Amino acid sequence: MATQAPPGPPASNPPTPASPGTGAGGRPRGKQKPYQPNKWFWVLLAAPGMIWLVVLFVVPFYAMLAIGEGKLDRQTESPVAVYNPLTWSSANFTNVWRDLFGSGAFAGDIAWRTIWYVAVASLLSLVIAYPAAYFVARFAGRRKGIFLVLLIAPFWISYMMRMLAWIDLLQTNGYLNKVLSFVGLGSPNWLGGHSYTVILGLVYGYIPYLILVLYAGLDRIDPSLIEAGRDLGLGRAMTFLRVTLPLSRQPILTGMLITVLPMLGDYYTNTLLSGARDTSMIGNLIEGQLSTPSAGQGAILSLIVLLVLLIPMLYYVVQTNRASQAAS
Amino acid sequence: MSSTVVSQTVSTVRETERSKPRFFRNPWRHPWFLEGFTWLYLIWSLAPIAIAVLFSFNKGKSQATYQGLTWRWYWGDKVNSIWYNPQLHSAMLETLKLSAYTTIIAVPIGVAFALGINRWRGFLPSSFNFIMILSFVVPELIFGVAMFFIFTQMPGLKDLGLGNVAEVLGLVTWNVSWPAIIVQGRLVTIGKQYEEASADLGCTQFQTMRRVMLPLLTPAIFASAILVFSGVIDDFVIVDLLSSNASNTPMSVIIYSTQHGGNGGPALNALATVMLVLSFLVAGLGFLGYRIMTRGQRIDGQQALTAITGTD
Repeated sequence: MATQAPPGPPASNPPTPASPGTGAGGRPRGKQKPYQPNKWFWVLLAAPGMIWLVVLFVVPFYAMLAIGEGKLDRQTESPVAVYNPLTWSSANFTNVWRDLFGSGAFAGDIAWRTIWYVAVASLLSLVIAYPAAYFVARFAGRRKGIFLVLLIAPFWISYMMRMLAWIDLLQTNGYLNKVLSFVGLGSPNWLGGHSYTVILGLVYGYIPYLILVLYAGLDRIDPSLIEAGRDLGLGRAMTFLRVTLPLSRQPILTGMLITVLPMLGDYYTNTLLSGARDTSMIGNLIEGQLSTPSAGQGAILSLIVLLVLLIPMLYYVVQTNRASQAAS
Repeated sequence: MSSTVVSQTVSTVRETERSKPRFFRNPWRHPWFLEGFTWLYLIWSLAPIAIAVLFSFNKGKSQATYQGLTWRWYWGDKVNSIWYNPQLHSAMLETLKLSAYTTIIAVPIGVAFALGINRWRGFLPSSFNFIMILSFVVPELIFGVAMFFIFTQMPGLKDLGLGNVAEVLGLVTWNVSWPAIIVQGRLVTIGKQYEEASADLGCTQFQTMRRVMLPLLTPAIFASAILVFSGVIDDFVIVDLLSSNASNTPMSVIIYSTQHGGNGGPALNALATVMLVLSFLVAGLGFLGYRIMTRGQRIDGQQALTAITGTD
């Protein structure tokens, strides 16, 4: 992306008459004073975004905590937020903890199922996405443009559209079953609440984001490194294992994060492709509690999920920071 | 690796190469297996979409059996088509409205934030940068739930309630990280030379911003605007949680709730197709605009493509 070319617009022209240029008002040319911008200019520029993030990102999470640690209004059957930490009640937390880990805990099952689904779906996504991204990045040659367009296309198609497409195909009298029964494999009820349908939906839904990250990372690998591996006598497989794979560790990790994090908060895939209770995920549990008296428990559950995900999220933030510093 | 090891490796490699059929001996042969796999993947990822678009033109009411071409679900049917059904019609307008408002608010805030945070060094700006990137990775459901709580519970914001304002505020917060991250990335590659040069030539800080930095950043700003606009078209979770009634429900939520409620039909496919066309239009405009803005620079079509998906 780095280019030295100046922009087309007249920005790079010598000072226009409107600006206090090299004349009497300007800084004397000869004096080599280091460029010292006024800090408050930057503060002023950043301020709207900072205020926005405090009011609409930090405060909402505090409000979530306040509702989670708050009380229940018995009259209106609605949760009441308690903003003072000194008067917080742990009733919701105790309830959620019991649901998660106590005897007969229904939420515990849902949590394990979520982890299981997300693990299978993300690994499956990686196994599918990596070879395709690798091929387009390394071997597509002159057809790279068209491959790239096709690879990126699903990124621009809404998630709902993509789920709708599978709902059409997976109906009992849909095209998939027509093909299957033509080959004599019967016609299963795909949308009848099966874990494999939900996992398929998750893979199909999040793979475009993964494949983009993988492509961008693999495209950046210097081909001469791979050629060097081959020149030094490594076969195809060994070159891949000892050169390409180590070099693509970073994109794989980032890509997995970018798919796993939203998958863990997914509730719509499951609702659309299964709807059954025994395939519901943690997202369904949280979303289902929102407008109910147990919204406080939903808040606590969200915070627990957030806490569990804090380490991978922090890892991502640190990586992003490091990448931008390495480039500078 | 010592030289004996290398020569041993080379000789074993030669032996194994000789035992292979002739075609496999070419070390630079085309990876047909990989190419086949890639094509299979592309078919798997795109054919269902094509079929769903086809069903939006279905003569019958089925989403599973194809019965011939018609415009019935677009405007032919005076009751159920997306043009005449008031709910579907208003959903299209709502999506456009949300996208426009969000882009107009989020992009300037994000760009200014990026400029300020990137040049102002210290603990405060770096912690805000941290919060901004955090808002990029936090699962959307968790963020949406927090937003839902402030608009239903928090004194002050509670009076606003759910609906258009809540949706726009939520979407802006969710999307402001796109311009902030993309512009910061570009700022790093631009470096400080241009700013220093323009300061040397007597520009004030504001003039440097307006006449030097903004023109240099235009492609990045444009790419982020495209991402925000199309991101809002495709957004589901935030608008699902923050919409209050039919008048402020956008297309994605309508598709979800109608299909989930068991009232699906080709009209939904038609609505989804409109979304698809809209997204592709935005992407196409983005691609063309990015090419025009970066002409004269060494940026090819592939780089422009990845730039408007934010993976640059």
